[in-house]
Amino acid sequence: MIPLLIYIAIFIAAFFIVTKVVQKAVPADYTSLKTVTFGDESAVRPNRAAGIISILTIFLMWGIFTGSNLLPGFLHAPGPFEGTTTFTYTAEANGETDDAEVTVIVHPREVETNTPEVDPGDGFAKNDGAKVAQWRTGLINVDRNDDLTKSDGAQVVAINGEAIAPGETVYIDGGSVTLSDKGTPNFEPTRGWQMEPLYLPAPEEVWTRTITIASEGFRNFTLVEHLGYSLFRVIVGFLIGALVGIPLGYAMGLSNWFRGWFDPIVEFMRPVPPLALIPLVIIWAGIGETGKIILLFLAALWIMAIAARAGVSGVKISKVHAAYSLGASKWQIMRHVIIPNSLPEIFTGARVAMGVCWGTVVAAELVAAEQGAGMMIMTASKFQNTDIVIMGIILIGVIGFGIDMLMRWAERILVPWKGKG
Amino acid sequence: MTGLSIQNLSMRFELPNGGAVQALQDVSLDLKEGELLSVLGPSGCGKTTLLNIVAGFLAPTEGKLIMNGHEVHGPDAERGMVFQQGALFEWMSVRENVAFGPSMKGMPKGEKAEIVDHLLDVVGLQDFKEKAIYELSGGMQQRVALARCLANDPDVILMDEPLGALDALTREKMQSLVLKLWKETGKTIILITHSVEEALLLGERLIVMAPRPGRIHTEYRLPFAELGVGADLREVKKHPDFGPKREEILSMIWDMEEEIMGRTEDAA
Ligand SMILES: Nc1ncnc2c1ncn2[C@@H]1O[C@H](COP(=O)(O)OP(=O)(O)OP(=O)(O)O)[C@@H](O)[C@H]1O
Ligand SMILES: [Mg+2]
Repeated sequence: MIPLLIYIAIFIAAFFIVTKVVQKAVPADYTSLKTVTFGDESAVRPNRAAGIISILTIFLMWGIFTGSNLLPGFLHAPGPFEGTTTFTYTAEANGETDDAEVTVIVHPREVETNTPEVDPGDGFAKNDGAKVAQWRTGLINVDRNDDLTKSDGAQVVAINGEAIAPGETVYIDGGSVTLSDKGTPNFEPTRGWQMEPLYLPAPEEVWTRTITIASEGFRNFTLVEHLGYSLFRVIVGFLIGALVGIPLGYAMGLSNWFRGWFDPIVEFMRPVPPLALIPLVIIWAGIGETGKIILLFLAALWIMAIAARAGVSGVKISKVHAAYSLGASKWQIMRHVIIPNSLPEIFTGARVAMGVCWGTVVAAELVAAEQGAGMMIMTASKFQNTDIVIMGIILIGVIGFGIDMLMRWAERILVPWKGKG
Repeated sequence: MTGLSIQNLSMRFELPNGGAVQALQDVSLDLKEGELLSVLGPSGCGKTTLLNIVAGFLAPTEGKLIMNGHEVHGPDAERGMVFQQGALFEWMSVRENVAFGPSMKGMPKGEKAEIVDHLLDVVGLQDFKEKAIYELSGGMQQRVALARCLANDPDVILMDEPLGALDALTREKMQSLVLKLWKETGKTIILITHSVEEALLLGERLIVMAPRPGRIHTEYRLPFAELGVGADLREVKKHPDFGPKREEILSMIWDMEEEIMGRTEDAA
């Protein structure tokens, strides 16, 4: 809730600072010469400043709530309590009461500490020492060293002088004490607002982990190999899918018989998500490369076939007529009219197919694989290596984005007439 | 025997709902080599259908088509077509579009380049040779379409409202260009138009078609095309016969349209 509010605050503040203060000073570009911009979609351009601030904000939020040391300390959200705190408990037995002090050391999870030695003090209740890791809770058996224990009828009736009953809580410095059902104090150190590294490590930790894995590898394969395997599967699966799917789509666009024969198959397979095929493919082909490539082939096949079919069906009949009147043969019309005319559709299909394949390969690797981006994050998650999981997700996103940019670039170079017919 | 002979053509479209449209009924027409024919008629009277049959894209339900002594059974390079718009190949440059016909025939490079250069000169697009189609204005695109058709050296050129999408000024320039090309190349040309003035200017012969069923209603022989070659078309329009002819044809088409409207109103 608080992170969301901070995020919205940054959004609004940045909006006013950039649009009302900074951009007032810069000369207007041509879009601002239009009198009508609201509702004119072509006048909507992503604001560069907004984009940059957006990305920075994500890292900023990430840093704030993980106590990143990339940020100056005053920007950190309050961290979890660390150090030593004390509280007193009041024990009652046989109508008598006695106070004793409990000293608790709260330590980071990865740091080992010893239970503090304390002087037992006087009375039937003796002072105690305990240690609790951050973000954890600890039951403190305060009566263990007392002269009168629970079995003697002793029970805790107050913490720091405040009366307490089982199920109730008393707040103390650095945490809170709740009495369990059985009457044992349960100490919970203050968590602060930061995320526990187990759930969300700081950005620099993800970064150092990336460096380590890039140089040392993960599970017998280097980082590049893991990503390379995933990419390799996608490319091979996609290429085979395109190699089969495009001619199939052409045949479906040009022949009644092919259209009739394959329409039911294609229309049935199209809505089946490739992920649903993973179990069957594993049964048939195992978890090795073959299975993955068959899966990606199937993922790309229908998309490419449908794209090629749409490309053929989309040819303007006047273009075909014109070509016939100019003396072109059927084969020449195929080569010089139908194929080039279908290329924009095929490129659109290829972009979609690459995206789907990339998603499918990661999912398939999550299920079962010896190596690959998906396997990496799945294995890491089993060992609670959240930093590797986050690194993997970021890399998967970056590669997916890179693939799409590459496809767009190829599209601009190879089919410059797209959308201009 | 050269020329084009259209003999008793009828065309019936069977509709999926069981009905049928008689798009053409018993249309006959003889065109000598080098004749310039313009075709007028209210919308839906079968002009495009007639042209598509002549081009060979449609087979008539009855009648036949004789071209240079042989019967027509499909599209062929001897009958070139200029479409209203959107029939250029946008994946090719202007030059490649114009060279399409010769390339399909496997014409040697040098000869092809010569033809293309000459035609681009004729239509005034030499500077746009390597440009992409989508970088050209509508008028330029139609000039490319004309040049592409001519590069193939057809005997008959069929045009279905080739200038329909152009502005008045560009249109006038294109009309002069069509006349010039007609005179210089001596091609037989059939031109469909919705503009009565254009039909008068670009037709040695003019036929007015009537709808339901589509048929030839009236035929004229006109002097304006000859007068217009190399001349200012606005001068031609001042010819004493021009205005009366225009009014006559306009009211004829107007009457047909009224009749159609009346009939649809009756049906409703
Ligand atoms: N493929 C088709 N199927 C069914 N009916 C058709 C088909 N093509 C044309 N028609 C019908 O034939 C008639 C003549 O159509 P056509 O396109 O030849 O008219 P047109 O004279 O070219 O009209 P316009 O001036 O509007 O272009 C119309 O009634 C039309 O609805
Ligand atoms: Mg028409």
